[in-house]
Amino acid sequence: MSYDPVISDLGKAELKHRRWRTVKDRLFGWTMAVGGVSVIAALLTIFLYLLWVVAPLFMPVTLKPVSGFKADTSVAHLSLNEHGDLAFLVTNEGRFRFLDAVDGSERLAGNLLPAGTQLLPALAGYHTHGALALGLSDGRALVVKPQYRSTFIKDVRGVEPSLSYPVGKDPLTLLPPGVGLQALTAASDGQTTTVAAVGNNQALVIAHTAPAAGLVLDPDNAPMETTLAPPETLDAPAVQLLIDDDQFNLYAVSKRGAVAFFDIRDKAAPRHIETVQVLAPGLEVTSARLLAGGHSLLIADSGGGIAQWFPVRDAANNLRLTRIREFHALQAPISQLEPEYYRKSFAAIDTQGHLALFHTTAERTLVVENTGLQNASELAVSPRAGHLVAIGNGGEARRWEARNRHPEVSWHSLWEKVWYEGRTQPEYIWQSSSASSDFEPKFSLTPLVFGTIKAAFYALFFAIPIAICGAIYTAYFMHPRLRSVVKPSIEVMAALPTVILGFLAGLWLAPLIETHLMGVFAATILMPVSVLLCAWLWHLMPLKVQAIVPPGREIALLVPLLCLVLWAVMGVSQPLEQLWFGGNLPRWLGQEFGFTYDQRNSLVVGIAMGFAVIPNIFSISEDAIFAVPRQLTTGSLALGATPWQTLSRVVLLTASPGIFSGVMIGLGRAVGETMIVLMSTGNTPVMDLSLFQGFRALSANIAVEMPESELNSTHYRVLFLAALVLFLTTFVFNTVAEIVRQRLRRHYGNL
Amino acid sequence: MTVRAQFNQWVASGSPWVWFTAGAVSLSLVMVFGMIGLIAGNGLGHFWPARVAVIELDTAPATRLLGEIVDHESVAAARVKDSGAKVPEGATVVQRLLIKRGNRDFDEQDFVWINAPSIKHLDYPADVVAIERREWGNLYGRIRGINESGQAVSLDELPGRLQRALALREEMDRLEQHDIGEVNFLIERLRLREKIARKTGADKAPSQDFAAERAALQARYQTLADKLHALNEAIARDTLNFETITGQQRSIPMGKVMRVYAPNSLSVTEQVAHYLRKLREFITDQPREANTEGGVFPAIFGTVLLVLIMSIFVTPLGVIAAVYLREYARPGPVTSAIRIAVNNLAGVPSVVYGVFGFGFFVYLVGGSIDQMFFSDALPSPTFGTPGLLWSALTLTLLTVPVVIVATEEGLTRIPRAIREGSLALGATKAETLWRTVLPMATPAMMTGLILAVARAAGEVAPLMMVGVVKLAPALPLDGNFPYLHLDRKFMHLGFHIYDVGFQSPNVEAARPLVYSTALLLVFIIMSLNLAAIRLRNRLREKYNAAE
Repeated sequence: MSYDPVISDLGKAELKHRRWRTVKDRLFGWTMAVGGVSVIAALLTIFLYLLWVVAPLFMPVTLKPVSGFKADTSVAHLSLNEHGDLAFLVTNEGRFRFLDAVDGSERLAGNLLPAGTQLLPALAGYHTHGALALGLSDGRALVVKPQYRSTFIKDVRGVEPSLSYPVGKDPLTLLPPGVGLQALTAASDGQTTTVAAVGNNQALVIAHTAPAAGLVLDPDNAPMETTLAPPETLDAPAVQLLIDDDQFNLYAVSKRGAVAFFDIRDKAAPRHIETVQVLAPGLEVTSARLLAGGHSLLIADSGGGIAQWFPVRDAANNLRLTRIREFHALQAPISQLEPEYYRKSFAAIDTQGHLALFHTTAERTLVVENTGLQNASELAVSPRAGHLVAIGNGGEARRWEARNRHPEVSWHSLWEKVWYEGRTQPEYIWQSSSASSDFEPKFSLTPLVFGTIKAAFYALFFAIPIAICGAIYTAYFMHPRLRSVVKPSIEVMAALPTVILGFLAGLWLAPLIETHLMGVFAATILMPVSVLLCAWLWHLMPLKVQAIVPPGREIALLVPLLCLVLWAVMGVSQPLEQLWFGGNLPRWLGQEFGFTYDQRNSLVVGIAMGFAVIPNIFSISEDAIFAVPRQLTTGSLALGATPWQTLSRVVLLTASPGIFSGVMIGLGRAVGETMIVLMSTGNTPVMDLSLFQGFRALSANIAVEMPESELNSTHYRVLFLAALVLFLTTFVFNTVAEIVRQRLRRHYGNL
Repeated sequence: MTVRAQFNQWVASGSPWVWFTAGAVSLSLVMVFGMIGLIAGNGLGHFWPARVAVIELDTAPATRLLGEIVDHESVAAARVKDSGAKVPEGATVVQRLLIKRGNRDFDEQDFVWINAPSIKHLDYPADVVAIERREWGNLYGRIRGINESGQAVSLDELPGRLQRALALREEMDRLEQHDIGEVNFLIERLRLREKIARKTGADKAPSQDFAAERAALQARYQTLADKLHALNEAIARDTLNFETITGQQRSIPMGKVMRVYAPNSLSVTEQVAHYLRKLREFITDQPREANTEGGVFPAIFGTVLLVLIMSIFVTPLGVIAAVYLREYARPGPVTSAIRIAVNNLAGVPSVVYGVFGFGFFVYLVGGSIDQMFFSDALPSPTFGTPGLLWSALTLTLLTVPVVIVATEEGLTRIPRAIREGSLALGATKAETLWRTVLPMATPAMMTGLILAVARAAGEVAPLMMVGVVKLAPALPLDGNFPYLHLDRKFMHLGFHIYDVGFQSPNVEAARPLVYSTALLLVFIIMSLNLAAIRLRNRLREKYNAAE
C-alpha cells in the first residue's frame, strides 16, 4: 500500500468513520440498483406468471405405463373404478371379478349366470355409466352394476367393491321364447333403467323401470315387431345398441354401418327417426360408443377410421344424423373405443396395439402410443380419466396413467369455427359454463377478440378526428394563454375513473341515444356544418366585429355555438322521428333494413370509450406538434405559405410519427379498457359489425368470469390466456409507440 | 369582389380548416365540462328535499298519485301510442313525467311514467309528509296519529318520540356491531386455539380452561343478547299511523322511521338544513337497502385505507427506481430495458393486473402463507382469498410507473450545480442524494404519489378480482387485535358505482345515489390531480429560480 499523507494523518476513529461512509455509499448504490431492476422483475414476473399458468394448456398429453397384471384370457367386459386402481371384469364363462389394478390380486369374484345358461360374449360389454347388460344363451338378459364404496381405515383410503342388480337378480325375458338375442344394451341413472334388445328376428324391444317402481315391459312383456321397429328400419346384423344417459335416444348400429336412430323419450311409443349409412361399402363397424353426455355417436371402422356423428336439425326442423368430424390417427382396424365419463375425449386401441387418445371438440389426436398388445380384447378408462387399462388377447392387462388435464384446448377450438353438439353448423362460440353437467365447454376466443377489436375500432373512429384536430388547433393556432388552460383540462380527463364513464354510458347515454337516435345522426352532420357556416359568416363580419374574437380564440365563439346546436338537435329529434320514421327510428331501422337495435350498443361504447382515449391521443399529438422546431414553421411562413399550408405541409409531416405514437397509445388503452365495455354493452358474445349491436370484449369477459372460475381448470387457464393475449397486444402497441417517439426525439434534436 | 370569389379566397386561405380544428377542441371542451356538469347536477341535486305532488289523472275512475316528479322527457307520439296510452289528436310530441311514488312495500310500482296530457290536476298540498324508513324506501302520505302500546297519543309528541326511537336504534347498532361482534371474534379465536391445542396433543388441563373461557364468553354474549332484546321491546313501543293517497290506513313501528318531514312546507332554511343533514348522512352512514340508500362510509373508508396501504409500498419502490434511473444508471441495454418496462407497466391493461394479482398473490402467495402460518384455520382460507393486502399490492404494481415518471422528472429539474457543490465538499454520492437531492425532490415524489393515489382510487377492474365486495360485513380496521385486518375484504367507491348501478334490482331507485357516489369519486380524483399539478408547477418555478 502506498503512503497516503491524508489518511495517515487521520485518527483511527476518523478512518473507521470514513470506511463506514464508503460502505454506506456502496449499500445505497446497490439498493438503488436493486430497486431499478425490480421494475423489470415486476414486468417479467407478470409475463412469466401468466405464461406459467397458460403453459399446461399446451403441454403434450402423455401415457405412462404404471402396472401390469394377469387377467383372464377371455374377457367380455372391463371397467375401472373412480381412481383407476380397481378393475371390474366379466369373463366369457360368466364370472365376474374385481381385480386390484396395481398387483392383479382378486378382491371379489362370483358367478353371474343362472344354472344351465351361458353368456353370449359378443353381447356383454357395453355399459353406459353404471349399468351393464349381459345377454344369456337362452335369450334372456341380466343387468348388473359394479359399485365401489370408499373406506377409511386409519386415514388410509380403501375401496370396497360390490355388485348390484338395478332391475333385480332374475334375468329379464325380453324376447318371445325361441328367439335369440342379437344385440343388447342398458342405461341407468340410478333411478330409471332402460334396457333395449334386438332379437335375431330383427325385433327391437325396449324395457324400462319407472323411478321407484318395478321393471315395466312395454307393452306387456310382449315382442314389438310390428309397432316398434319394422324390419326395414334395422339392418342385419345389428351389432350394437346404444342408449344415451338421459335415455332419450336409441341407436342401433349394424355391422355394415347402417345406423337406425330412435327417439325413445316416450318408452311406450319409440319413434324411428331415420336410418343412415355411416360407412363406405367394404368397411365394417368394429366398435360404436356414445360420447360423454350421450349426444354424439362415435363409430370406429375396420379401416382404422373413427367418426363422430350427432343429430342436427335441418332446414325443415327435422333431426338428421350428421357426420361431424373424423379421426385417422390409427391405421389398423380399431378393436375398441372407450369414451371418457365427463369430457368429450375418448380412447381407441387398434388390432396392432396402438392406443390413442382423442378429443372431439378440439379435433385433437392427443397421443398415440404403441403398446405392443396385439388384438387387445378390452379397453377401459377410469371415470376421472386418470387411468386406462387394456387387456391383450393373451389375458395380460396393462395399466397407464394419463396426464391429460386440458384436452379441450387446441388452436382449432380457440380460434376456428367448431361444430358443437346440438348446433346446426360450425360456429364461433364462447360459452364457458352451463348448469348441466354433460355440457360441452365452448372456448372460442374469436368472438371476444372480435368484440375487443370492434370496440377499439369504433372508439378510435370517434376519437382520432376529434383528438388530432384538437391537438392541431391547440398546439398551432391557439393563443398561448388559452392553451395553458385548455390543454390541462382535456388532459385531466385521462385521470377520470372509467367506471364513471361506463356508468354514464350505460345508464344515461344509452337510453338517451335510444330515444334521440335521430338527434345523434343530425348532430354528427350539423356540428361541422354549423362550425363552417359560423366561420364564413364571421368572415363576412366587419373587421371591427371580428376583432372581438381574435384568431387563436375562436373557441370562445364555437363552444356556445356547439352547445346551442346540440340543444336544438336534441329538441327536434323526437318531432323529426315522428314526422319521418313513425316515431321510432330504431324500430324503423329494424323494419326497413333488418338492423337489430340493442340499447347498449357499439355506438354507445364508441362514444364513451372514444371519450376515454381522446385525452391520451390529444396529449401526445399536441406535444409532438408543439415540439416541431420553430425554424421550420417560420421558414415556411417567410416563403409566403399561409398558416394552414405551413401546418399541413410542414408541421404535420414532421410531427406525424408523434401523432402515430399517440394513436398507438390510444389503441393500447382502448384494447385493454374494461369497465366501459363491461357497463355499456350487453356483453353477449355475438360477432356482428353492426353499430347498433353489442359485443363481449376480452377484458370484460375476464373481469366477469375470473372470480367464478375454478382454480387451475381449463376455464381458468383460458382466461389467463386471454389476459396474456391482452398483455402481448398492448406490449406491442406500447413498445412501437415508444420506439417511434424516441426516434422522433432524436430527429428533432438533429433539426 | 363577388361573394363567390370572396368565398373561394376564404377557402384557399385555409381559414375554414382552422375553424374546423377549433370546432374539435370546442367539442372536447363541451363534452368534458358537460359531463362534469351532468354528474355534479345529478349528484348534488339528490339531497335536496323534493316537493311531493298530488296528481290526478283523467282515467275513468280518477286515479290519484302522490310522489316526487324526478324526471321528464318529450317523446314522439307514436312511442307513447305503442305503450298503450292515448294521445291527443295531432300531437307529434308528448311530455312524460317520471313519478317516484315510494311506498314500495304496498304499491305495485315504485316508479311510474305518466303522460302530461292525461294529468287533470296537480298540486303540492302542505300537509303531505315524506317518511324516510330504514327499509323499503320512502313513504308518502298524511300522518294520522301515534300509538303507544296501542294507545293513541298526541301528534305533538312526534319529534320527541322519534328522537327516542333513533337513540335506541343507535344503541342497538352499537351493541350489535361493536360489542357482539367482539364477542363473536373472541369465540372464533378461542375455537382456533382449541383446535391447535387438540392437534398438538396437549394434556387435559387446558381443555378445561377452554371450557371455562368459552362459558365466560357465552355468558357475556347472553348478557348482550338480553340487553338487545330489551332494547328491541322498548323500540317497538310506538307506532306511527298514516294514510296513503288512496286512503289506505297503515301503521309502521317508530323504530323503522329515520326522518319525517313535510317537503311542501319547508322554509328555505329548513331545506338547506335538510340538504346538509342528508349530505352528512351520505358521507358518514352505512348503506341500507342493498346499497341503494343510506351512505357510502364503508366504501370511502375502504378506498382510503386501500390507497394508504398502497402508498406504503409504492413510494419506496417508485422513488428508488427513479433515483436509480436518474442518478446511477449508465446508458445501456439494462437502462433501456428498465425504461421499456416502466412504459409497459404503465400501458398494460388494468384487468391484466387483476388476473395476475388473483393468480399470483391470492392463490400462490396467499395459499402458501395459509399453508405455513394459518393451517389451523384451513380449509377456510385466511390470506388465500381476495383481500385488502392483495388489492394494495396489485395496485402498487399498477401505479409504480406513475411515481417513477414524476420523481424522475423532479430529479431532472434539480440543477447540476447543487449535486456538484455537495460532491465538491467531500460528500459521498449517497450523502449527496440523501441530504440534498432527495429532500429537494420531495415535492416531485409527492406529486407522483398523489397521481398514483388518484389512479388507484379510480381503478375497479383489477379490484373485482383481488378483494373488493359489494357489502363488507366488517371494516378492515377495528378494535380487535391486530386492529388492521389485511386479510379482510373491503368496499370501494368505484366498485360501489358499478355494483349499485348495474347489479341492483331497482336501478331507478339507485340511480341518484350512484350519481352522488360518482360525484364524490370525481371530486376526490380531480382534487388530487389538481393538487399534483399545482405542486408540480410550484416545483418548476422554484427550480427555474434556482438556476
